[in-house]
Amino acid sequence: MKKVFSIESIDENLLLKFEGKMSLYEVTKYERKLAGIQTTAIKNITIDLTNLDELDTTAAIFIYNLQKEFSSKKVTLECYDEKLLSTLELVQENMLHYNENVKPQKLSFLQKIGKIFYDYYDGFSAFIEFFGQLFASNLRYLTSLKNIRYKEIAFEINESAIKALPIVALTSFLIGLVIAYQSAYQLKIYGANIYIVDMLGISIFRELAPVITAIVIAGRSGSAFTAQIGSMKITQELDAMKTMGFEPFAFLVLPRIIALIIAMPILIFVADIMAILGGMIVSNVDLSISPELFIDRLSRVVAAKHFFVGIIKGPFFAFLIATIGIYRGLIVKDDTQSIGFNTTKSVVEAIFAVIVCDAIFSIAFTNLGI
Amino acid sequence: MQMIKVENVVTAFGNRIIHDGLNFTIKEGEIYGLLGPSGCGKTTLLREMVMLQKLTSGKIEILGKNVADIRREDAQNLRRQWGVLFQFGALFSSLTLAENIALPLGEYTRLSKKMIDEIVAFKLSIVGLKQSDAFLYPSEISGGMRKKAGLARALAMDPKLLFLDEPTSGLDPISAREFDALILKLRAMLGLTVVMVTHDLRSIYDTLDRVAIIDNKQIAYEGTLDDIASVKSEFIQTFFREKL
Repeated sequence: MKKVFSIESIDENLLLKFEGKMSLYEVTKYERKLAGIQTTAIKNITIDLTNLDELDTTAAIFIYNLQKEFSSKKVTLECYDEKLLSTLELVQENMLHYNENVKPQKLSFLQKIGKIFYDYYDGFSAFIEFFGQLFASNLRYLTSLKNIRYKEIAFEINESAIKALPIVALTSFLIGLVIAYQSAYQLKIYGANIYIVDMLGISIFRELAPVITAIVIAGRSGSAFTAQIGSMKITQELDAMKTMGFEPFAFLVLPRIIALIIAMPILIFVADIMAILGGMIVSNVDLSISPELFIDRLSRVVAAKHFFVGIIKGPFFAFLIATIGIYRGLIVKDDTQSIGFNTTKSVVEAIFAVIVCDAIFSIAFTNLGI
Repeated sequence: MQMIKVENVVTAFGNRIIHDGLNFTIKEGEIYGLLGPSGCGKTTLLREMVMLQKLTSGKIEILGKNVADIRREDAQNLRRQWGVLFQFGALFSSLTLAENIALPLGEYTRLSKKMIDEIVAFKLSIVGLKQSDAFLYPSEISGGMRKKAGLARALAMDPKLLFLDEPTSGLDPISAREFDALILKLRAMLGLTVVMVTHDLRSIYDTLDRVAIIDNKQIAYEGTLDDIASVKSEFIQTFFREKL
């Protein structure tokens, strides 16, 4: 269908003639064409739609704007088609109250600062509230062995620990390998080959294995907790549970926390073995320390307390990762972006919390002489 | 002119057959209803028409193009000519209502920002929302408002063809009747063709020209509502009892 827009200007009269089909794809073109015309000297404007066959609402808004723009002059609209007239009328009706100055409220600098601080305060008090609830439901549900949901806990242990075993094992194996490889080179210079056992034993048992495991679990299970609980909130599953009398804390929160607390020491134990294995291989290849010699020295120079210090950290890390992940899931708002935002936050915060906690342990244990 | 032609459509999910040979045509300017009991596959058929779901066999032609076997450009072209309203609005939750409506306009046309703002205000106004609602996010409004905003978005590009999935469910009766009136008005002015899935009896009698009733995997009835009393189908007899 042809689309024609012609402009005729004679003395004080301007004729705008639209023909054929006029839709939102043509409007910008017409607007530009019109912008190039001097209209100051013109008194009469005729908008001729007699040969126009089709008009969509965008084009009708365009015509309406023309009428409004030239309201100081005499504008005549020539249009006899019922359909076109009714479209124009609909636009007129609805655009009557249009006010282009309605804009979203802009906050002043002070308001923005206030809002940011209030949001932090709000977030903090919500976290405290979450802890209070957690403690209260702990009291309620953990007083009797009957109330503990063994099935859910077992399921969560499988999900977040058993299935995480391969990745935890591989990561810690590689870390053991890399640490040993880097220090082997340095130790060789001093001929202190055998001390690699002391170094690896203490650093892996005390620090590396627990922290690496915690980071892997924060990335794997912490994010999963947030995403699962967050999407349950969006689909109103949490609301459904509450109305049916199933306390989300008992069904979703406690099992996950307990499962991770149980699983974490086991994962750290596996990480210990794998990292030492990695170190042992490098020691054998690079420093020709046989596995027998390595294990013999390990049991003589590395006291058992180092191993227990690492294991003890497990439940604390687990508690931090699980509570942050779940808390972030519970505060997801009613839109999809919120899940992504909170998942990222939960992983970052969990890793940060784990490292802060580790630092506190490190200072405490050293001062206690452990 | 035929807008949509459905020919021998068969849909199966695994072993479960949903549609077993559906045939009907929808003419230009018609308001066509897809009715039937829950689970009969009305929404599935609608999804097949808008290329969200593949047919098992058969053919659906929209504006002369077979959607089961279509070139990418043709498909994109077709998508610009229709608007779809989903049952729960399906607004993009990271965008405000105004941004939701402006999205197709900004992507597919070269309209100025000012013009787009005006179009957005107009579309919001015809579906019965206020101009100040434009800056709200979908999570801040009610289900009924989401639906109206969804319709405003579907109408953004002035489509020739409108697919509506239960447009009046979840709306209050006044809004629902306004919705019906709006559909009729738009059809009269813009020559819109409307395909809708609905359960709302008032809406069915007020707006629909013809209906296809799907029951037991097949079309139990197709045609105008006038002759519906004569059909021997348990669903139709029960469903239309009030008005018969």
